[in-house]
Amino acid sequence: MEILLAILIGSLYTAGVYMLLRRSILKFIIGIIFISNATNLLVFMSSGLVKGNPPFTAPDGTPLEQTADPLNQALVLTAIVIGLGVVAYTLALKYKFFELTKTDDLDELKQTEEV
Amino acid sequence: MILTTLPILIPLVLIIVLMFSKSSIFSEVVTIIGTFTLLAVSLIATIYVNNNGLLVAYIGGWQAPYGITLVIDHFSSILLLTTSIILVSISIYALKYFPKTSQYKRFYIFFFTLTMGINGAFITGDIFNLYVWFEVMLLSSFVLITFGNQKQQLQGGIKYLAMNLVGSLFLLAGIGLIYGKTGTLNIAKLAEIIGNYEGEIFWLNTSGILIFIAFGIKAALFPLFYWLPASYHTPNITITSLFAGILTKVGVYALVRFFTLFLAIDQEFWQNLILTIAGLTMLSGGMAASTQYDNRKILSYHIISQIGYMIMGLGIFTTLSIAGAIFFIMHNMIAKTNVFLTAGMIDKIKGTYNLKNLGGLYKSNPLMAFLFIIPAFALAGIPQLSGFFAKFILIKAGFEDGHYITTSVALFTGLLTLYSMIKIWNEAFLKKAPEHVSDNKNIKLTFKDYLPSVILGSISILMGIFASEVFDFVHHAAESLMDNATYIKSVLK
Amino acid sequence: MNLNILQYAEKPIRWLLIIISIVALLRGHNYPGGGFIGGLLAGLAIVFQSLAYDVETVRKKMKLSPQSFIGIGLAIAAISLLPSIIGGAELMQAYWVKLQITESYVLKLGTPLIFDIGIFFSVIGIVLMFIFNLSK
Repeated sequence: MEILLAILIGSLYTAGVYMLLRRSILKFIIGIIFISNATNLLVFMSSGLVKGNPPFTAPDGTPLEQTADPLNQALVLTAIVIGLGVVAYTLALKYKFFELTKTDDLDELKQTEEV
Repeated sequence: MILTTLPILIPLVLIIVLMFSKSSIFSEVVTIIGTFTLLAVSLIATIYVNNNGLLVAYIGGWQAPYGITLVIDHFSSILLLTTSIILVSISIYALKYFPKTSQYKRFYIFFFTLTMGINGAFITGDIFNLYVWFEVMLLSSFVLITFGNQKQQLQGGIKYLAMNLVGSLFLLAGIGLIYGKTGTLNIAKLAEIIGNYEGEIFWLNTSGILIFIAFGIKAALFPLFYWLPASYHTPNITITSLFAGILTKVGVYALVRFFTLFLAIDQEFWQNLILTIAGLTMLSGGMAASTQYDNRKILSYHIISQIGYMIMGLGIFTTLSIAGAIFFIMHNMIAKTNVFLTAGMIDKIKGTYNLKNLGGLYKSNPLMAFLFIIPAFALAGIPQLSGFFAKFILIKAGFEDGHYITTSVALFTGLLTLYSMIKIWNEAFLKKAPEHVSDNKNIKLTFKDYLPSVILGSISILMGIFASEVFDFVHHAAESLMDNATYIKSVLK
Repeated sequence: MNLNILQYAEKPIRWLLIIISIVALLRGHNYPGGGFIGGLLAGLAIVFQSLAYDVETVRKKMKLSPQSFIGIGLAIAAISLLPSIIGGAELMQAYWVKLQITESYVLKLGTPLIFDIGIFFSVIGIVLMFIFNLSK
């Protein structure tokens, strides 16, 4: 299972980098989403997968044997929330930019150099 | 202890107050009071740390390797203090230089979210928490850099955002891998584990490289710096000065914090890498700056070349060089903000940043010329100003440890800096004003316009005069970074 | 757009979502749920409303702006820090009050719940901000 997820992470990174290198801003944002999901999975995987033992203790407080690491799950949750905010901001920025320039082409971003 | 958490709590409270503020005058007053309070708090924290040792707070009462720890040690306290000095001057500067549009009140809200992120990054003792604070800082800076919503700002914003987002993801991946290998996120525990590490160092270096790239992007190191000159000149000058003074240095702070850990185990590899990159950063920044004619662009490229010096201090990796790097960060944050402030003043009078259209300012405004020359000379490293001692310590450390090439590059870059500063001086102040450009004669700068620059300039001078006291202070910080036994002991108890 | 069926269905579904969101908020801490998920669900209720009508009408109907939602949320979250500051404990240390409701059921209320309520409101504000800004 871990090897499968590792391949998935790799392909997500590949797809993300490919999208980042496109000229369209929208595709750039899709690339960011891919890479951020790949990274989240990577962080999640970094403590390994444990089957069928969620990170909870038994009702009387004794720790169960070989439970999943809860910290990674907390980290990923935080990272997902941050990713949500970032993507929303990027979309808003893209929208505003499109409204102003009517272009989605990254190669059009040259006016900053003509000051 | 509550003092440890105040640098985060004060901005939080101010954000809430500012969100409900109805008038812009109220916002201004709250901001000024807030930045002065932050200054007072960081001053108290610095004195406390110097006298009584580290300030540690365990968030939620969870003990050290498990919960989030906030730590103020010597290094963080120095940066907190320097940052709050800059925040005070920027908050005064914004009163006069930030356009009073509908966004004016919102600027102050994001000013403090940025502050919260920066202070959080300085005082956290947990690497994932560091990532979160970086994101807080980054998101607020995204908003700030696109303020104005003109084509230029949006374009600059997209460039800024693209690189920095990728950097954040690298950082997250690196942190995740470190956690997978060591099973901890606490910096003190991590230092302990890495200190006694007995495996293949190679495995830790993969996450080390990821983190190096991430902070390299944030700090604008050599192959990764091009987002900085592409975006820093687009927003309002108040925001540019704020970013120029602080943001990249948070990246440098994180690099120093992390790589005093990593360097300890695989010194040869990291030292070579960091020193090479430091040399290239200095050189490329300095050379690019000398080809530019826009005041803000020259200064933006200069940020990069100065980052090289700080990283060089880290790369040499002796107590003296780390002390030099910290001294340099302090000096550079203050002087750099100050030159940007003067660039804003020039723009207010002349209405342009282009050096070709400027001139004759020395005659018409000698006070401003004087205010420019202090940080400019400090940056170039003229004796008796702060920059001279900072560079002197670094170069002495470099020659002592036998890194002749990088140190020579540092000396040569000093000349390039001097050249650029003289260029601005000649073009903007000495040369006759070109005929076809008309002055905004009706704009007279008042005392309030000059005040922020006066504050920062006098600090640059004072740092030069009391250089030995400042040096003792930073040397102490460097010692505690190099030998992290006290840090580990006070955090892990 | 005038989608009659959706507009009829919208009101009960909206309230259902809000009730579910409050349940999710309250069962947080020890069970799946909490402020963030609750806030998203409550935000969804308003997204649903703006699907049935349109964004402008919903925006006019809302008595609070998204910004004030976020402000209120942050303020509540900040208030939840006060007990730990006044009590002299570490920041964000939890204080719990145990109420014996029936023989077997103990209701636990504490500062983490207040913090969660703060998050709940800020997340609603953020979701509103997304839809109002992105669906102009």
